[in-house]
Amino acid sequence: MTPATAPLAADVSRYLARRARWSPLEIGFWIFAFATIWLFPGKYLILKDTAILALFALSLDLIVGYAGIISLGQAAFFGLAGYFSGLIAKYGIVDEPVIALILSGFAAAALGFVTSFLVLRGSDLTRLMVTLGVSLMLGEIANRYSDLTGGADGLQGVTIAPVLGRFRFDLYGHNGYVYCLIVLFVCFLLARRIVYSPFGLSLRAVKENALRASAIGIPVKWRLVAIYTVSAGFAGIAGALLTQTTAFCSLDVFSLERSADLLLVLIIGGTGYLYGGLIGAVIYKLLQDWIADLTPQYWQFWIGLVLVAIVLVGRERIGGGNAALRAFIVRLGGRLLGRRAVPAPDRQ
Amino acid sequence: MLTILFDGIAYGMLLFVLACGLSVTLGLMNFINLAHGSFAMAGGYCTVVLVNRMGVPFLLGLPIAFLVTALLGGLFERTLYVHVYARSHLDQVLFTIGLVFMSVAAVDYTMGSSQQFVQIPQALQGQFDVYGIGMGKYRLLIIAVCGVLTIALQLILAKTRFGSRLRAAVDDQRVARGLGINVGAVFAITFAFGSGLAGLGGALGAEILGLDPTFPLKYMIYFLIVVTVGGTSSITGPFLASILLGIGDVAGKYYVPTLGAFVIYAIMIVVLIWRPQGLFARSVAR
Amino acid sequence: MPILETIGLEKLFGGIVAAHDVSLAIEKGARHALIGPNGAGKTTVINLLTGVLRPTAGRIMLEGRDITDTAPHERVQLGMTRTFQINQLFLDLTPLETIGLAVSERLGLGGDWWRLVGSKAAVTDEIVEIVERFRLADVMHERTATLPYGKQRLLEIALAFACRPRVLLLDEPAAGVPEAERHELLATIEALPAEVTVLLIEHDMDLVFSFADRISVLVNGSLFVDGAPEDVARDPRVKAVYLGEELDA
Repeated sequence: MTPATAPLAADVSRYLARRARWSPLEIGFWIFAFATIWLFPGKYLILKDTAILALFALSLDLIVGYAGIISLGQAAFFGLAGYFSGLIAKYGIVDEPVIALILSGFAAAALGFVTSFLVLRGSDLTRLMVTLGVSLMLGEIANRYSDLTGGADGLQGVTIAPVLGRFRFDLYGHNGYVYCLIVLFVCFLLARRIVYSPFGLSLRAVKENALRASAIGIPVKWRLVAIYTVSAGFAGIAGALLTQTTAFCSLDVFSLERSADLLLVLIIGGTGYLYGGLIGAVIYKLLQDWIADLTPQYWQFWIGLVLVAIVLVGRERIGGGNAALRAFIVRLGGRLLGRRAVPAPDRQ
Repeated sequence: MLTILFDGIAYGMLLFVLACGLSVTLGLMNFINLAHGSFAMAGGYCTVVLVNRMGVPFLLGLPIAFLVTALLGGLFERTLYVHVYARSHLDQVLFTIGLVFMSVAAVDYTMGSSQQFVQIPQALQGQFDVYGIGMGKYRLLIIAVCGVLTIALQLILAKTRFGSRLRAAVDDQRVARGLGINVGAVFAITFAFGSGLAGLGGALGAEILGLDPTFPLKYMIYFLIVVTVGGTSSITGPFLASILLGIGDVAGKYYVPTLGAFVIYAIMIVVLIWRPQGLFARSVAR
Repeated sequence: MPILETIGLEKLFGGIVAAHDVSLAIEKGARHALIGPNGAGKTTVINLLTGVLRPTAGRIMLEGRDITDTAPHERVQLGMTRTFQINQLFLDLTPLETIGLAVSERLGLGGDWWRLVGSKAAVTDEIVEIVERFRLADVMHERTATLPYGKQRLLEIALAFACRPRVLLLDEPAAGVPEAERHELLATIEALPAEVTVLLIEHDMDLVFSFADRISVLVNGSLFVDGAPEDVARDPRVKAVYLGEELDA
């Protein structure tokens, strides 16, 4: 490197370092998220549900937004870990919820790994089929082995020990919410790290142009297997969180509606910038609350309408609204939110 | 055992009639229409209303269900679906799932959530006993109707000009357009026809598959499996796939009751491992 | 020993013979051009070399090692990369990210999910070097989709080069490049390091004859003529093929 290129090198280093820096908006988001513990004391149950949904949606974003895999079957991992964590608590195999949570995550990740090879074959349609098929199959299995799983009645008799021996989950949901929020945050940090790593960059390349990715030496299949496994693990953790904080697990964890609602959440929030699942979850829960007040029975109709409307209007236009806002903030703060390229730095 | 075979064939042919519209849509426009089951449901409920409440004879109710659903399909195609053709598969999935949700809730609201039973004429109840094979009369009707339909479909595809235009458009849309084929019209007609068939299948199948507002959600996976296993480049592919799945499902549930429902899923997974493009698809991947 | 060799390479698509008995021997450091009329099978040969297509028969040897059954991404790791006739780029990434990606992969950091991109100085230094060599410094922070075609073409080659190949296959690098941007592109190709062996497919005869030290002519899937540029230029059969005249048996 010649002396003349030293400023260029510094420029490149600076750019790459800045790429992953936390923007003020991100920091503000999480401060607000944790502040909700004190801001909304009566709403712990719905907040907790939102946090779980956010983690679940984050898991889907990792594969849809970053790897381009469309899945209708995240519920398989959610449900598997849900039952797994419930069963190991019920039969006293593992008492400490945090350890049980991690084990359940690994169980789901194992399922993800095994099914990833099927998922990666074939077209979008076969992918939909396999992912949907696996989750419906698991639902069938859970239904059949009702001696173990409680069948249609759900898993009964689950008692969850206090977290770290001290924090018991109570009816008001305070401890439950804090637990879920912390787990969400930790998983988010992990996801963020992955996304800004060389591995994360290679995933984006694979999503854009798998042919070229393989032509520059990226082992495409193995990268996809890896992210699919991680995503399954996250979905599993979300499922286990639900079981642990409600001491209950039922067959609807495997349902098509759950996977479909998840897609909706992600579409509302946008994919590919990590916050889509979180923001989408919040909006979805607010929508659900609002619509359920209006028409308690037929809210599925309105959700369907929202989906149809979003697609007709155009996800890009909605996402475009996001992007315009983001671009504005980028110019304002000169920092990154998500993955948009930084505008060219000033020349000396 | 032959009764099982008979039942399986009947079930398979029913599946075929229900699913073939989906297969053609996917093969023709590369469009994943998850709301296909909603049209089947519409046909079923249409028949229920006609036969149970308005006293229309069952055998007349069937073609009316076909027509009504075909019109509905055509209407939806021109007003809604046409805007979504060029979109990504993800958008198509979302869009059609949204339609499913809306249809399920709408039917629940208007018709209630309980199971519906079509009043089948006396003549179709009970069964014939032929050499020890119990052939349900209703299932016989299904086989007859579906068989005729399948042959008619093959003839239309192979012998008529519309059929050749359709096959051309499935093979290569751009070239077909370049040859002056009005692909949009071909698709509209095909979509309507496929939806009509689904409606007919729903009407016929109410007796065997049951009919309630959750029908599209329950059976979506079966239609998708038929299309995946059978491929989208022919009529015979989904036909054979349906028969295979029908027999597999019925036999599985009879011989291995605890795991019977898995047979269909297991077949799907095995096929997808072995031939990701479907058992009967062309070698050219889409 | 030739660095890249094909022995009797055949490729049939059903009844169509795309490549027949193609035997090439390319020496280390060579500037070898592969020319021929449209549809002759040149891109097929590149696809066979890189593993995108599997040969019906024949062997491919890279540095004496049989790579006929090796997966495409592994061939890259063994030192052979290619560019595409139609740009195959990551449109949403910037040139900086694109090149950074290739460099990270090559240095074995591609699977690293914990460290941040650019945290290693070795990577940054290499990115800078490549960005400069390929004259992309002024556009390196912009989304690839917004770049002018000439710059995209440069990036196309830069990306293949960032893998530090020992053998670089260029598939019609000048195709579609506007006149104003050609000069930059050609100069960059000329300036490729001498250690890198280059196999060039091209229609642009100026580029071919100024760049290549050896030319192979491919016609209807078979190697027709193979030799030094002057000999190929003078060969009447080559002229006949390009002008479409009948060949003598």
